[in-house]
Amino acid sequence: MPSLKDLRNRIASVKATRKITKAMQMVAAAKLRRAQEAAVAARPYAERMAVVLSNLASAMEGQAGAPALLAGTGKNDVHLLVIATAERGLCGGFNSSIVKLAREHADRLVREGKTVKILTVGKKGNDALKRLYGRYIVDAVDFRGVKSVSFENATSVADKVLAMYEAGEFDVATLFFSEFKSVIAQKPTALRLIPAQIDTSRTPDLGGAVYEAEPEESVILDDLLPRNIAVQIFRGLLENAASEQGARMSAMDNATRNAGDMINKLSIKYNRQRQAQITKELIEIISGAEAL
Amino acid sequence: MALHFELVSPARLLFSGDVVSVQIPGAEGEMTILPGHAPVLSTLKPGVVSIQKDGGTDKIFVRGGFAEVNAKGLTVLAETAIALADLDAAAIAQQIRNAEEDVADAKTDAARAKAAETLDHLKALQASL
Repeated sequence: MPSLKDLRNRIASVKATRKITKAMQMVAAAKLRRAQEAAVAARPYAERMAVVLSNLASAMEGQAGAPALLAGTGKNDVHLLVIATAERGLCGGFNSSIVKLAREHADRLVREGKTVKILTVGKKGNDALKRLYGRYIVDAVDFRGVKSVSFENATSVADKVLAMYEAGEFDVATLFFSEFKSVIAQKPTALRLIPAQIDTSRTPDLGGAVYEAEPEESVILDDLLPRNIAVQIFRGLLENAASEQGARMSAMDNATRNAGDMINKLSIKYNRQRQAQITKELIEIISGAEAL
Repeated sequence: MALHFELVSPARLLFSGDVVSVQIPGAEGEMTILPGHAPVLSTLKPGVVSIQKDGGTDKIFVRGGFAEVNAKGLTVLAETAIALADLDAAAIAQQIRNAEEDVADAKTDAARAKAAETLDHLKALQASL
């Protein structure tokens, strides 16, 4: 049976915890709004890029000499997994669900006899994978000092990926991130970066006219495909940022509620015990008086 | 008839609206896009996009750009876009330094040629300011 003093201390400590989780929830809510706005603002560029690429790709279809970023290396042996996670924890299952998806993917590839290489973006993913999958990790990027992800951050990751691809270090690249569905739902997603995934259904209707290309289509494609990788990674990072804040917000909301419940329970226990003690003291006084 | 023009950077939509004409620095020469232009795809060299509007002209410096003209209008995708008014000699000098580093860092001949080309464009732009 804890003493009254122990209970009092316990209640004070849970109250302090509740204050912290409440503050974190509010900070996450504010950051979420900004992250969501950034994700929405980045959409037009990615959409236009997808339309243009699908256009060019359908024109290039079946032609020999399509760029390697579009057609792939013709092999399927070495896989690069780019795993984007957050820099911080305390955001519910956000990091672990991305890592879990990536791990399943890696295990399947290894079973199929492929070689797996891992590039982690974000500290938490690296921490989670280091122990069991450390031998696969070829590089790690973290954005610890970065407040909000900019396109330059995405370009730096894309440059690493492209340099590895040009050096022939892998055949297929897949990006893992968490898609932002809503504040309470984030979906871990795998997106293939190389060879490029192109949705050819998005070609705009030109009413029979054909695009003039300047310079030629293949040159434009050579220029655009590397940029498309950066755009896709940028999109992944922005979705991740929004998902992270959403996950943190609901995790902290839960924590705040749990702390409140706990305080209630402890307070009841404290009051009962205090009453019991008073009763006990009264009995002692009365029986002492009777004995005289 | 007005030309619908959109300027988009990876972070956000910078300009969207109807304009009279737009002059863009195409990879193979300057182009002026008027309403009803035939569909064109073109990469852009670093340079200035001038937007002719009813109320005057906007000039915007773009780098790493790409232009698409279709029946709906003109779309310019640019990795970097800065209004010319906000662009001073120091910013250009910074861009040139970056480009020089790119030339030094380039591993293949093709990449070096490309970086050198970008550097040339930037120097031309600095001279024209």
